[in-house]
Amino acid sequence: MKIVCSIKQVPGTTDVKINPETNTLVREGVETQINPFDLYALEEAVRTKERMTEAGDPSTVTVITMGPPQAEDALREAISLGADEAILLSDRAFAGSDTWCTSYALAQAVRKLQPDLVFCGMQAIDGDTGQVGPGIAIHANYAQVAYGAEIREIDAKKIVVKRLIEEGYEVVEVKLPAVLTVVKEINEPRTPSLRGKMAAKKAEIIKWGAADIDAPADKVGLLGSPTQVVKIMTPACREGGEKYAGEAAELVDKLFDTLKCMEVV
Amino acid sequence: MSITVDASKCNGCTLCVKACGTNAIEVKDKLATITIEACNMCGACVSSCRFKAISIDIDKQPAEDLGKYKGVWVFGEQREGKVAPVVYELIGIGRQLANDRNTELAVVILGDQLNEAVNDLASYPVDKVYVYEAPELAIYDAERYCRVLTDVMRELKPEIVLAGATTTGRSFMSGVAISLYTGLTADCTGLEIGEDGLLHQTRPAYGGNIMATILCPYTRPQMATVRHKVFPTSAKRADGVAEVVHLNPKPNLFSSRSKFIEFIETVGEKVNLVDADIIVSGGRGLGGPENFAIIRELADELGAAVGSSRAAVDAGWIPYAHQVGQTGKTVCPKIYIACGISGAVQHQVGMKSSDVIIAINKDANAPIFDIATYGFVGDLFEIVPALTKKIKAMRGAPTLV
Repeated sequence: MKIVCSIKQVPGTTDVKINPETNTLVREGVETQINPFDLYALEEAVRTKERMTEAGDPSTVTVITMGPPQAEDALREAISLGADEAILLSDRAFAGSDTWCTSYALAQAVRKLQPDLVFCGMQAIDGDTGQVGPGIAIHANYAQVAYGAEIREIDAKKIVVKRLIEEGYEVVEVKLPAVLTVVKEINEPRTPSLRGKMAAKKAEIIKWGAADIDAPADKVGLLGSPTQVVKIMTPACREGGEKYAGEAAELVDKLFDTLKCMEVV
Repeated sequence: MSITVDASKCNGCTLCVKACGTNAIEVKDKLATITIEACNMCGACVSSCRFKAISIDIDKQPAEDLGKYKGVWVFGEQREGKVAPVVYELIGIGRQLANDRNTELAVVILGDQLNEAVNDLASYPVDKVYVYEAPELAIYDAERYCRVLTDVMRELKPEIVLAGATTTGRSFMSGVAISLYTGLTADCTGLEIGEDGLLHQTRPAYGGNIMATILCPYTRPQMATVRHKVFPTSAKRADGVAEVVHLNPKPNLFSSRSKFIEFIETVGEKVNLVDADIIVSGGRGLGGPENFAIIRELADELGAAVGSSRAAVDAGWIPYAHQVGQTGKTVCPKIYIACGISGAVQHQVGMKSSDVIIAINKDANAPIFDIATYGFVGDLFEIVPALTKKIKAMRGAPTLV
């Protein structure tokens, strides 16, 4: 089975602020990480590879990301965590891509790779949109399941997934090829092995530009993006209010009165 | 498409250098110089420049006449004929947008045997309810729903389409927008019609630390998913009912590669987290899984949902579905009661837009107190059960009817 996992490199923290005087982003350092949800996607991709290989179907995991050249770091980390090869989609033409164009470019890479299964995290912690995974499915004409919490069954033709929804879970069976986005509940990611770290160091990262994935200039980047960011600002900071300390009994009374004032008791 | 610095306006102040997330700008001889290879055209430098020296030019025109798109639509999400609460919030804000655009507001609902839901929706201030009924649509199927809604929108051409940022809305609206080659802004918390007549969509990013305003200028419809509980629920209409329009199902759109097997309801949960008006949450301070009973008892007494911090989920004390925060759910209840939760940034991200935050923690320096409306420094094991008891006592002993 050929498995692809799509990841995103995100800032090490989302605790970014805008300097109100200059209206610029204040960034504490420039450290980056693999989007936390993508680590669960990657782990599930690697587990699926192991599961299929064990069942007699030699499988591979290719990790892909779209981003600036420095996103290579995230790909190397993914190799240390069990991916077999890594592809970086990087091109001037991709700059300014919104979710439409990002999922288009990733889907073009998927079309070229022809995997049976594509894993994504349910969303990225910087953009928080959750649109790219399902978007890849539509662009590449793959079946899809979002918010996967457990793979119940898998074979060469289909996958049965338990997905997390507001009221509980839904179990669905989808034909392969398919895109599966995952939630945190699906597994507990491993830590890199020594062998993985060595592989990461040695790995050759494959680089694809717009031409390599047949992406015309008017379908990617700022030019291809239907949406435009026109303003960024910092929301008003939430301030702490009243704070009480003292005997438990007094605090209970105060808390009770507070709830009473809000007409909930 | 190009990015340029106007040398006559730039004085080399370096504001743009600080704004740039990709370190693509440096100041050489008092002039901002952009390394094109590193720039991702995010526009942060453009908005940072006080002298309007940087500009990004996109040579782009609409591919069609946008004037033929009219009306505001709300996606009437339902499950087993029960309309999702967020739909009534969308009707409220949708009405306002439709009035500002001087156009109609419609709800479009997909499913099977929807009479009750349709009658209910028609009693709200919408002009039309579009109904698309077929047995194949009884249960949500991302592929099928995407294909049907895309087809309906292609035919009827709404100008604006809103859907709830639910697991349903977030998973299939992306496909609709892609199929129509138009923009979709996720998880909006602010929507208004600007002076330019466009839908100005404001949404949090970076876990709510940044608010971004997004436009979809060249394509239609302008689409957005909208967060739960941000906009008030619409009141019912004063008189009359909305016009109900039954759309003709096109069975050729119903093919799908997925098959529904079963639904597993979470046992014992009366209220789901994102729809709850009150949430009682427990964290590491509970010390063990058995102590979630204290949280649950208070929640039951208040008709609240039970939330939790990441620490409690990672420790295996409570299922992931309860986790609030960056890698869990984002909630916006009227009252959020945090018990034994220190309030790490990743937790705050998921709950800080709650109307009222009540924190109970024995550590007076816990960060949760920095954002709590009412902070109680004390032992949750003393306070929470006593509070539950007091509420019970006030309500009197339960009567057996």
